[in-house]
Amino acid sequence: MEILNLKGTEDTPTILLDKKNGIFEISGRSLPEDSAEFYKPVIEWINAYGAEANPTTEFAFKLEYFNTASSKLILDVLSALEEIKGMKVIWYFHDDDEDMEEAGQEFSELVEIPFEFKTY
Amino acid sequence: MNYIYDLHRTMMSQKLILVYDGDFTQETTKSILAMAERNLDSSGEESGIKRKVFNVMVEALQNIVKHSSEQGLTAGSLVSKSAIFMISKDDKKYCIMTGNPIPKGSVAKLTHNLDDLNSKDKEGLKEMYKEIIKNTQISEKGGAGLGFVDMARKSGEKLEFTFHNMDAEYDFFCLKVNISREKE
Repeated sequence: MEILNLKGTEDTPTILLDKKNGIFEISGRSLPEDSAEFYKPVIEWINAYGAEANPTTEFAFKLEYFNTASSKLILDVLSALEEIKGMKVIWYFHDDDEDMEEAGQEFSELVEIPFEFKTY
Repeated sequence: MNYIYDLHRTMMSQKLILVYDGDFTQETTKSILAMAERNLDSSGEESGIKRKVFNVMVEALQNIVKHSSEQGLTAGSLVSKSAIFMISKDDKKYCIMTGNPIPKGSVAKLTHNLDDLNSKDKEGLKEMYKEIIKNTQISEKGGAGLGFVDMARKSGEKLEFTFHNMDAEYDFFCLKVNISREKE
């Protein structure tokens, strides 16, 4: 499966989805003008991965900031991940960033995926 | 040319650290964010407060970007379709303020939505956020309908707003969001 590798910018996150090496990570800032358009290839990649997924997957979110339009798309990403067996989400937050911790907790209440919380 | 000094004095007396008036796009949003961020960094603001200010700024700016595209005012009108964005800072708080024209037909609904938000406590806002995010679709304008809810949550205070009559079709919508600098 092809690697999805998007380099982050000032308003879009870095995305690395690499089945072979078992790296699945969204990190940085997410406040694109058109969040639906930006996340479309990500969701498509995850749906394709679902058909041939590794036995277990750890999907990392290491976001510094995201806007509300992105939060809807992050939920869509999580909903796509929810369909995949052996899925686990690692939700990273700065140790003093309560809002990001709470955002992760809220997402974990909206989908049936085990979440692990880590600080960085 | 008195207005130069007048404007300068107003900015000083209102403790405004950034004012932008004009057309708003994603590009201007990014520039304004970068400028405000440098200001917050150089003043050594506490990171939690910095993040909240940044957060509210993004939602406020993107709200203007999304809603300014729908206005087509007649040429030669004294009523400008441009919007204004500003931040003030004093010892106690930051205020993020915006003003933009909205069609009179939208005033009642917006007032209702903001009054509804202001009637909720922290838990109520959280429930509202989760309810909207579960059920909403991204609009054509790219909004999730979550901007004001998020601003209210990050602020922890009521959203202040007023409407001013512009002409037969438009009102000028002013919004003020406070971010306290004092420790909870």
